[in-house]
Amino acid sequence: MWNPARSRLSALHIRSYANIGRTASQSLPSLSRHMKMTASFSSALHYLMPSSSSFQFNSRSAYKSKHLSARSMSTKMGKRPLLSVQPSRGLVDEMFQIVIMNLLPNQKATLHSLHQSEDKDFWEAFGHYISDEHGTVTVSKDESLGGTYEGTEPMGLLWSMRPVPGSRSGLRLRKKDVLSPMVVHISLYSGHLSEGFGQQTALATSVTERWYIAPGVQRVDVREKGVRGTLFFPPGPGPYPGVMDLWGGGGGLVEYRTALLASHGFASMAIQYLNPNKERRADTDASYFEGAYKILQNHPKVQKDRLAMLGLSFGGVVTLSMAVNSKIIKPQCCVCISGSHVGSVDKSLFEIFKEIKQNVNTMRVNEDNQLIHRNFILPIPSDLTQKMDVGKIKCPLLLVNGGDDETLPTVESAEDMEEIMKKAGNLHLLEVLTYPGAGHLIEPPYTPHFRASNFIIHGGEKASGGPPLSLSRPSQCLFPLLHSQHHGLRRRRGGKDLWLNNFATATTACASVG
Amino acid sequence: MSARKCPLLSVQPIRGLVDERFQIVVINLLPNQEVTLHALHQSEDKDFWEAFGHYISNHHGTVTVAKDESLGGTYEGTEAMGLLWSMSPVPASRSGLRLRRVDILTPRVVHISVYSGHLSQGFSQQTALAASVTERWYIAPGVQRVDVRERGLKGTLFIPPGPGPYPGVLDLWGGGGGLVEYRSALLASHGFASLALEYMNRNDKKMADVDASYIEEAYLFLQRHQKVQRDHLAVVGLSFGSSVTLSMVVYSNIIKPQCCMCISGSHLVPVDKPIIKVFQNLKLSSDKLALNEDNQLMNKDLMLPIPSDPTLKVDVGKIKCPLLLVNGGDDENWPSVESAEDMKLIMEKAGNLHLLKVLTYPGAGHLIEPPYTPHIRASNFIRLDHRKVVFLWGGQTKPHAYAQENAWKEILAFLRQHLYFSTDGVVKSRL
Repeated sequence: MWNPARSRLSALHIRSYANIGRTASQSLPSLSRHMKMTASFSSALHYLMPSSSSFQFNSRSAYKSKHLSARSMSTKMGKRPLLSVQPSRGLVDEMFQIVIMNLLPNQKATLHSLHQSEDKDFWEAFGHYISDEHGTVTVSKDESLGGTYEGTEPMGLLWSMRPVPGSRSGLRLRKKDVLSPMVVHISLYSGHLSEGFGQQTALATSVTERWYIAPGVQRVDVREKGVRGTLFFPPGPGPYPGVMDLWGGGGGLVEYRTALLASHGFASMAIQYLNPNKERRADTDASYFEGAYKILQNHPKVQKDRLAMLGLSFGGVVTLSMAVNSKIIKPQCCVCISGSHVGSVDKSLFEIFKEIKQNVNTMRVNEDNQLIHRNFILPIPSDLTQKMDVGKIKCPLLLVNGGDDETLPTVESAEDMEEIMKKAGNLHLLEVLTYPGAGHLIEPPYTPHFRASNFIIHGGEKASGGPPLSLSRPSQCLFPLLHSQHHGLRRRRGGKDLWLNNFATATTACASVG
Repeated sequence: MSARKCPLLSVQPIRGLVDERFQIVVINLLPNQEVTLHALHQSEDKDFWEAFGHYISNHHGTVTVAKDESLGGTYEGTEAMGLLWSMSPVPASRSGLRLRRVDILTPRVVHISVYSGHLSQGFSQQTALAASVTERWYIAPGVQRVDVRERGLKGTLFIPPGPGPYPGVLDLWGGGGGLVEYRSALLASHGFASLALEYMNRNDKKMADVDASYIEEAYLFLQRHQKVQRDHLAVVGLSFGSSVTLSMVVYSNIIKPQCCMCISGSHLVPVDKPIIKVFQNLKLSSDKLALNEDNQLMNKDLMLPIPSDPTLKVDVGKIKCPLLLVNGGDDENWPSVESAEDMKLIMEKAGNLHLLKVLTYPGAGHLIEPPYTPHIRASNFIRLDHRKVVFLWGGQTKPHAYAQENAWKEILAFLRQHLYFSTDGVVKSRL
């Protein structure tokens, strides 16, 4: 009696999936962007609702009802659940509230999230819930009993996403076009499902946008003095504190964290310094970074005496190197995420990077054939010429590390840095955040975690380490949030253990130095 | 070399639906510093609207708008959303303006800034300490917008994302005519398939014959739509649209919704001929034209007193579904409060009073719009004979803002109650 048009579905499967989340990558907001988005949504929804009889939503089709649709079925049921996701458009570090109403009391339901990346892969997450006696599910209060996340996790539907079954392996979710949002479809299904979401009809669906950039933030290409990068300015007259934002060994020009920093009031510059397609030479010399720093510092919208350097992974290595050695780069503070101070003082950064690349033989491979990177740097050399003398650092330094980092020995490096700075008498400048169970890739909040992913330079899979939950929690703290959360991490400053405040305190301190 | 502090202004969420509240916090000011929070918006008509509040930071140098009091400006007291609802046209603007959104596919953009000191003017000559840009949307992502141009109908259908089907709402705007979409878009963003219907247009000769059968056609279109639940329907009307709503619900054999709602309306205007003619009759008596000392038209007086002759009114005693009336106590445009009282008497006599729910907001005017829309006490209106007048809508800003926020919650709750939560609707199965 109810024809879900399954055979049609399988043929349309790939095509419908292909339309989901296609957004115009124009600068915001564009007049026709919403129309294009809704057109793509209807295609996506066709995938999600096999019983729909019409692909085109024009009013003429309203009178046709070739198939007995879900419409008749739900009319028979009478009740239709209400799914609400607030806010429906958020910055990637804003939390949302998901509430379901009008289920039956104590009804089993599955909340499902679906996103198609710019690389066209599909990512999903889901949680199993049971409604209360009013037929309500409140995700920030109720527990997920299973799925890709468990427990009371308001943002679990985002950070526990993983590629759908049948996807290519070793994927990583990263946004290239920061001017358009990540579009996530959140749906409600009856029962506790773990697969086959495409073959079920959702009880309700909501679409939410996750943005790396706030309205009014300006994006400016930087192509001068041999430097290749992107500047993001907050709205308003300025001038603003500046942040030089260095990505890691993956290279390329990665903008999303920079855009997010600008959305929080920092004029931020992302620079490309490892071009995967070109011979790496001049763009890893200290002079390249100093040139970039000068561009930032001299910009009329940047406060020349309120600057920070922030680096991830190899970018952290660069940050430390500059902070120690450069006569030109003298920021008010530095942040080093998953980085290390190990690297010969005689060698240029490029040489250090090449060294890392060449030591493939000493890399361990785990049972899943994933490269474990960290061991070739260990043990931390005691010879001072083999590492950066962080005793010379003159500004506050924040180290953010994952306790389960399998890529670089960041925790061991941090301990060694502490020793060096204690001896040198500048330990009061150091703050270390170590997150137990977190891996190497500490990204902006609610980004999906991946224990291993493809990494172009090394080929094979590189284990990044850490289970999903603990990775996202620390990411949350790195960005200024209006609420604070305690995550059981230890912050060491001069030997004292302190509970974490949120990063706003650190960044505000940065901004008010002077 | 500057030693000054850099205040940080945060507005969360930075993008919201127009009915979502935001949290504004300023940190890193000096302790006990006088500052002004300012909001600026340029309308689609290119006019500038602004609002501002005067604050003093606490000893940490923080201002939290949801907790602290504005000591002056366009709003006072602890008002989290004051920067939106207290907006008015900037000095030297054209008079009689009204802020209404035409293109709902793009957001209303509001610039929020912090200035040093307590300013009340000359904002553009000052440099802000910090600024933020926020978007206010009438439409949620995934909501579909569909042009409806069939069977002589002119309207726009908004469908929530997902497989559906959804309860449906027929959304009738007021005597201004035209195709007004923003409330329908917002209703769809809350899970209702909403049809904004144009049924009156002084510039369109084709609309001259539009009568009750046109409204019925629209209702049928909605009911038969594959994404609409045929027995979970509501009719909502504003102002003159309320008269249409009441007439249809009482007298039509086709329009039988599960519930209906009238905002700032009245039962005094039965629609028994082409709609535009009914509307014209309302405005006829030019010798009864009542103007106040500001030269604003007090329309309400034209319609009073409430006649006792039942043939001059819609017989609401015959209504069979729940009816919600939302009125402003200071409505100067329509006698909505007086009509509500009369409707109560009629329904009491008829025995269907249990279906009636009346919300009257003291101090609110006629134009009860979605939340945080700026209050307008009077604005320009072009009459059917193309004469420009200034209508007095009434209301005081603060109670009107409260009414809009509270009424919208009640409206959504009412629609949810009768279209989502209630299973009293007759179930028709096609099996």
